[in-house]
Amino acid sequence: MKMVIRIAALLLSVWIASSAHAAESHEFPKLDIGKGGQCVEDPQLMRRIHMDLIKHQRTETMRLGIRGGKYSLAECVECHASTKTNSVVGSNEAFCQGCHAYAAVKLDCFECHSTKRKQPLEAAKTAETGK
Amino acid sequence: MIQNQPDHRQAEGCNSPERRDFLTKTSIGIAGLAIAPGMMLYEVAQARPAGEPASNKVRWGMLIDSGKCETGCNDCVTACNTENGLSGGTLDTDSQWIRKVQLKDTLTGHVSSLPMMCQHCENPPCVDVCPTQASFKRADGIVLVDKHVCIGCRYCMMACPYKARSFVHEVLTDQKTEVPRGKGTVESCTLCVHRIDRDGKTTACAEACSKAGHNAILFGDLNDPQSDISKRIRAVATTQIRSDLDLNTGVRYEGI
Repeated sequence: MKMVIRIAALLLSVWIASSAHAAESHEFPKLDIGKGGQCVEDPQLMRRIHMDLIKHQRTETMRLGIRGGKYSLAECVECHASTKTNSVVGSNEAFCQGCHAYAAVKLDCFECHSTKRKQPLEAAKTAETGK
Repeated sequence: MIQNQPDHRQAEGCNSPERRDFLTKTSIGIAGLAIAPGMMLYEVAQARPAGEPASNKVRWGMLIDSGKCETGCNDCVTACNTENGLSGGTLDTDSQWIRKVQLKDTLTGHVSSLPMMCQHCENPPCVDVCPTQASFKRADGIVLVDKHVCIGCRYCMMACPYKARSFVHEVLTDQKTEVPRGKGTVESCTLCVHRIDRDGKTTACAEACSKAGHNAILFGDLNDPQSDISKRIRAVATTQIRSDLDLNTGVRYEGI
């Protein structure tokens, strides 16, 4: 019986060591953050609770007609859509899709909501250089 | 309705008929006047400040003059499709938020033309039957579908006497930012709610109709006695389609 426990303990320590090693060498997704800049909340907080914030906002906008709040999916897209593809999905570098693929969480928002900026960024760039 | 009710706090304890009558009359008289800075007895139709919820002091509606609506003109339908990102297809499986309808009086041969869309009922049957409360009426009278909770059962489509709702059968791409739409949910005319929340001025169909020079669609606040639509429905005879159902539609018709 003691032998079994020892083997189990050994196996466990090997497993812990290997998983710790895996965490060190783990590759986080390389995300295209789009325009980036200052987010409406601390990024660490946004990583954890962005879904709660926009879910609260969606109910207020849909049911009560409150617009222009601090949190908005359209504003997420406005800042974080790729500067190249103008979208937050489409590849594993894309801001929303990249992280959701990494975290293995299904991304339902964009089955209905637009994934793109209202005005493509390229147009803005050309307008600026044209000045 | 709201502005016609006497202030109950004032009337409390003084219930003589004369006084009550006096209060009622005066409150009708001062309806619409500012009773204090920033306080109105009814809300004038205008854009709400950002962060304010829609109010039941406003009831949005439309008046459609069939006499001015030209047979064969489809501008309102096209404008709606463009505004809301609809395909414009007319198959049973395509979404149609507004349709042009032609009516022919078989006795006289008179043909009239009118657009038909969600009538934004005060007592909407679609809201009554919805099992998930996805169909709902906003405070300002706009009937909407909350697609986050719509399960696509289509009971509302069966309940609607105006055939105003459509079901999205296929996966969609390239939706408009302000008009999210998706497979497996029911949708209908939103009375251009995104525009109304922005400035409260007009809908895409009404705008297109005036642009074409017909001015057959008049949009406005039915609760504001000074709005163009209220003045018009007071002055001329207008009809609610299927008024026998007692739904009190927000969309009224003239000349049918």
